[in-house]
Amino acid sequence: MQDLALLMVGAVLVNNVVLERFLGLCSFMGVTTKVDTAVGMGMATTFVITVSAMGDWSLQTFLLAPYDLGYLRTVTFILVIAGAVQFTEMVIRKVSPPLFRTLGIYLPLITTNCAVLGVALLLVEGHYGFIQSTLFAFASALGYSLVMVVFAGLRERVALADVPPLFAGPPIGFITASLLALAFMGFSGISAN
Amino acid sequence: MLVAVGSLALMGATLGTVLGVASRYLAVKSDPLEADLQALLPGSQCGQCGYVGCAPAAAALAKGEAPVTLCIPGGRAVAERLARRLGLEADLSGHEDAEPQYAVIDEKLCIGCLRCFQECTTDAIVGAAKQIHTVIADNCHGCAKCFQTCPTQAVSMHKIQINLADWHWQKPKLRSGLKTRRRH
Repeated sequence: MQDLALLMVGAVLVNNVVLERFLGLCSFMGVTTKVDTAVGMGMATTFVITVSAMGDWSLQTFLLAPYDLGYLRTVTFILVIAGAVQFTEMVIRKVSPPLFRTLGIYLPLITTNCAVLGVALLLVEGHYGFIQSTLFAFASALGYSLVMVVFAGLRERVALADVPPLFAGPPIGFITASLLALAFMGFSGISAN
Repeated sequence: MLVAVGSLALMGATLGTVLGVASRYLAVKSDPLEADLQALLPGSQCGQCGYVGCAPAAAALAKGEAPVTLCIPGGRAVAERLARRLGLEADLSGHEDAEPQYAVIDEKLCIGCLRCFQECTTDAIVGAAKQIHTVIADNCHGCAKCFQTCPTQAVSMHKIQINLADWHWQKPKLRSGLKTRRRH
């Protein structure tokens, strides 16, 4: 139980997908101009990462590993991810058309979000069990959502601030992101012992 | 080899079936009328109708919440086409007031600040920093955004001359003192 809790805290804070592993930076910069959109994107990506990690774990354990098909790993994983994203897109279009419009191109682009494939590949490397891997994927996705929301909040504040013209727009966004990454480095002290 | 081909094919088929069934259950009814109406609108998202862009305007038209005369840049021609598509009798009598216009930049007043250039939704303004700008009248749809943003009031709006696309028969006007017309 304690192991699982440690695994989750580690995935959310210490080895955060965005700020420590630097995966999924496209949507991290792209849809964090408003907190609402960031929350929506975080929820959509959480669903996709968790579902695809479960599917990918099953495929890896029952198909790829026994039949020695390691070279098909990327293709099969992407196939599962694309399916999950398509399904999420349909659900969001049905449930919340305004969110569907604001997310725009970033919703189908979850397919190519490297955080999703990255988490799936990390699971293979980590040799986790099913429950462990599901929890790890869910925690990583939570970390992604957390960082998205925090960064969106920061950018909402920065949008109101008096930024020098030279830094206005994306440059100050990147600087904010790097400071946030520095702050998250502080969590790495937790895992030292 | 066979396992690889077979398993990938099976996965593809399974995912395809699941998504196909899901799309049946999660289908969103979209009004084909909306797409047709949106195609008739100019698509420059100028917002003069009071909606955010042409897509919300088309949605409002399809629901009957907006009059067919809502599109100011489109003018009479678009209003008539919208009315034809909706099967409505367009009441164009009050439409003379909002005639389509185009912007003209007074070269004596233009300071080349690029503000109107950035506002233009149809890229109708030609210009560069510290250079005098000008408007390509054919591309201008008269949203007056440049008119509002110009710091030196160099932009003025002019009425478009009637051409074949928006020409229509004038209504016969009854002039005072002329009751009947002589016929040969």
